[in-house]
Amino acid sequence: MTAVAPDIAWDPSQPILEIEHLSISFFTRLREIPAVMDFSCTVMAGEAMGLVGESGCGKSTVALGVMRELGKNGRIVSGSIKFKGRDLARMSDEELRHIRGSEIAMIYQEPMASLNPAMKVGAQLAEVPMLHSGMSKDAAWKLAREIVADVRLPDPDRIINAYPHQLSGGQQQRIVIAMALMAKPALLILDEPTTALDVTVEAGIVDLVKELGQKYGTSMLFISHNLGLVMDVCDRICVMYSGEAVETGNVVEVFDEMRHPYTQALFRSIPLPGADKNARPLISIPGNFPLPHERPPGCNFGPRCDYFQKGRCDASDVPMYPVPDSDRHETRCLRWSEIDWTAPPAKREVKQKAEIGKVVLKMEDLRKYYSVSGGAFGGGAKKVVKANETLSFEAREGETLAIVGESGCGKSTFAKVLMGLETATSGSIMLFDENVQSTPIQKRNTDTVSQVQMVFQNPFDTLNPSMTVGRQIIRALEIFKYGKSDAERHDRMLELLDLVKLPRAFAERMPRQLSGGQKQRVGIARAFAGGAKVVVADEPVSALDVSVQAAVTDLLMDIQRENRTTLLFISHDLSIVRYLSDRVMVMYLGHVVEMGTTDQVFAPPYHPYTEALLSAVPIADTKIIRKRIVLEGDIPSAMNPPPGCPFQTRCRWKSQVPGNLCETEVPPVQVLEGGHQVKCHLSRDVLAQMEPVIKVAAE
Amino acid sequence: MGLFVLRRLGVMLLTAIALTFVVFYLTNLQPNLEKLARTEGSVRMTEEAVQDWIAQNGHSGSVFLRYGQWLGVVPGWTYTDEKGQMRGRCFAIGQDAAAAPDYCGLLQGNWGFSTFFKTPVMASLGDKLAATGWLMLAVMLVMVPTSLILGVLSGMREGSATDRTLSTFSIASTATPEYVSGVVLVALFATAATGISPILAEYGLIEPKKTLFLASATSAMDDITFWNFTLPVMTIALYGIGYIARMTRASMTEVMTQQYIRTARLKGVPFRTVVMRHALRNALIAPFTVIMLQFPWLLNGVVIVESLFNYKGFGWTLVQAASNNDIPLLLACSVVAVVVVLLTQLISDIGYVFLNPRIRLA
Repeated sequence: MTAVAPDIAWDPSQPILEIEHLSISFFTRLREIPAVMDFSCTVMAGEAMGLVGESGCGKSTVALGVMRELGKNGRIVSGSIKFKGRDLARMSDEELRHIRGSEIAMIYQEPMASLNPAMKVGAQLAEVPMLHSGMSKDAAWKLAREIVADVRLPDPDRIINAYPHQLSGGQQQRIVIAMALMAKPALLILDEPTTALDVTVEAGIVDLVKELGQKYGTSMLFISHNLGLVMDVCDRICVMYSGEAVETGNVVEVFDEMRHPYTQALFRSIPLPGADKNARPLISIPGNFPLPHERPPGCNFGPRCDYFQKGRCDASDVPMYPVPDSDRHETRCLRWSEIDWTAPPAKREVKQKAEIGKVVLKMEDLRKYYSVSGGAFGGGAKKVVKANETLSFEAREGETLAIVGESGCGKSTFAKVLMGLETATSGSIMLFDENVQSTPIQKRNTDTVSQVQMVFQNPFDTLNPSMTVGRQIIRALEIFKYGKSDAERHDRMLELLDLVKLPRAFAERMPRQLSGGQKQRVGIARAFAGGAKVVVADEPVSALDVSVQAAVTDLLMDIQRENRTTLLFISHDLSIVRYLSDRVMVMYLGHVVEMGTTDQVFAPPYHPYTEALLSAVPIADTKIIRKRIVLEGDIPSAMNPPPGCPFQTRCRWKSQVPGNLCETEVPPVQVLEGGHQVKCHLSRDVLAQMEPVIKVAAE
Repeated sequence: MGLFVLRRLGVMLLTAIALTFVVFYLTNLQPNLEKLARTEGSVRMTEEAVQDWIAQNGHSGSVFLRYGQWLGVVPGWTYTDEKGQMRGRCFAIGQDAAAAPDYCGLLQGNWGFSTFFKTPVMASLGDKLAATGWLMLAVMLVMVPTSLILGVLSGMREGSATDRTLSTFSIASTATPEYVSGVVLVALFATAATGISPILAEYGLIEPKKTLFLASATSAMDDITFWNFTLPVMTIALYGIGYIARMTRASMTEVMTQQYIRTARLKGVPFRTVVMRHALRNALIAPFTVIMLQFPWLLNGVVIVESLFNYKGFGWTLVQAASNNDIPLLLACSVVAVVVVLLTQLISDIGYVFLNPRIRLA
């Protein structure tokens, strides 16, 4: 109904999008910064192409380049972007405007920021067909309502009359998707569409995107840093490194028979099932990502590559080589045919498992309630947010306890209470036989403060931008009253830098001169400055790139082994949790729904929520078969939790519980074999019948 | 909503009382009263006679009681002199004291008697406010649309030639105080000897010996014309135009970098529509508060312009009251100013809620 006739006849057997030798540069006053160099890729009709790489590798620039939205400084230097045979790079603004939104649509990373806050959702949706096919306002609103129903949003009539801020993150992203589909585009560009969302919400969005792609026959350019997600969604993949495509091909081929050292290194640095922090630790990629204006000669990956040959790899630019007998598989590696790709990694050192000691931290029946006011101007009735509800657990010396849950489950509140930034409403926190639950951090003595420390999520914001790295660490030492003289503290600071494997010269650097991973190392050094016994790591690697994540995680593990620290690892990333934790605690709406050793939690019987969570995590391994369980709806608001079991509104096992027990009573904690705790009404028989969510396919 | 407005009105009342008390206290300081005694009584009064005059005319006693009388919550003062004649706040000399009401202050509608104009304050202030009201209306009509257009035009393409030109103009106009721009405007447009008026006269576009605009706005009190009203309006508006335009530009440039603007562009929305439909409303949220703040500022800004152009409005009255130590009139002026400030802030808060859907009243 909204099809705009293409200006020229286009043969559907030809590629929808054909990018050839594309180079994009940004021009600053100082220099030209090449962001993308010699990039080629083809997307056929109905095909989904995944663009993978770390931040700064140019994948978003390619997407924006296709849209010709490069800002004032960006320019396409050479190459062509052919869309249905027409070169976008040479199109006038007016021609481009007709293609944008109607033939090529884009879905963005942050749905909240990409919707106009002052316009109703319906108006933003209806605008597209009104612009591109001259539809009347009524018809456009009707179509908007249809599409909103199509992206499976409940109550479309209410949604189209809502403002973006009245919707949840997942709902907003569905609106952005609906907006992209309004004109039934031929090509959909998705720029990290689920990065800002929770895993269970992500699973729903991914399913939707896949289904709609099939329904409308839309081609997709899917940009992500998450290899597992790309495997779920895409047919083909293009791996980018430092502005270049380094490997491209069919997803299964690239995943199973990669022919570029970077792709291989990337796969070795992500925690796949089977990785283990002691027996099979992750291998991080050495060195750092080159800055765009400091790229090495020859192969960009050369300085970090295990197969690097001096005089050959750094001699001249490397072209793409086709891999014979493959499905358009190409690699940008000179030595691809010489390398033995099946050889196991050489330098995998097996580490000793740390011994777990006595209990250092014990929480019993901890509750934290907040009271908030309702109205915009401070009016309205007071409401109580139950952020934490009857939290009980122990953590032992040298142990890693992971706390897992989606946003709003109360995991950060728990960390704040433990740190003393908030005081508990009731219950007790015993830290080395000392009761600290009602002592705010200002009143804790220096010893207690230095013993419980925190590593924060975002290393970019937690360092003071106007103080040198060394000074910041010394400042922590001063606060912890370490050492007698400045010289002593300075020595200790240098030792701490050694501990986190940063060169001593970094003491004089400012935070802005450091990369994300290096900043996080400084954050870790600061946390361990006072000889912390308990460290709360709040999503310490989620803001970092995959290749850096492995290095930082390993560092944490090494320090833990050495200092016998208790690590409380807060994360939503189940892959990394499975890799490094000894015990796992799963939280939902303030409740601990499941707790046990890592093996217990990651194998059946599961709590129904854990089951859904596990099935939602994309795994970048072609041999793994996952059962898909997509949760309906959103997490209920903590201000207005459902009666009875917190998970009952989304639970698929509810019918297995007799009567309306789930709606009326908070389930008791069942202790299964080996101290495995599950907070569920399901009987032991039903629990025992659960099947594993993740299976390794038979060879 | 109703509750919110009620609560805000309550807070306003408290603020008004506090502010008027401050003004009352400052205008009723002892040296001021002595000066008043000498102007009202005789310049050659002795120190003692001055004190007597102050006591006999209800200016002695606790400042709180006197404030209460002025407000009308404490009975008005009375004084019986040695001849048995009674004087008081609530009745004129010779009137029957018994028939007069006990309370006569602001609340009873008695704003006092202007010692300079020799008329009741209420009457003299009413006309002046109406005159200033016309001036402010004209200024707002010129200033708000002009500044918003300038701000949006320069903010929508940051760093372009249009932006640079308009920004230079805005900065220049807001950096020029009214007493400078007023004089410059008069010299340029309203003198028969210099500026452009003699040139226009030479070409026969205006009559010889006449000026393009009039340098005095006194005649506008009776009949507002383009000729006599342009210069005072432009003098006030120029400053505000620059200021609001700068605010709007800053807000607009920020909005234009937002992701939802990119979304709109990538939907294929033409640039004009992006600006008009997607950016404008979001960009107006911040300047709206500034525009509302301009109202009270105008009230004070008119002081200079009204004196300069001899336009007998509120600002001119305020100057007269201050320089002639006319306490009741000064107090009345301050009440008006306080009410205008508080009311515009209330309107600005409510309007903000309507512009910004993210803030909705519960």
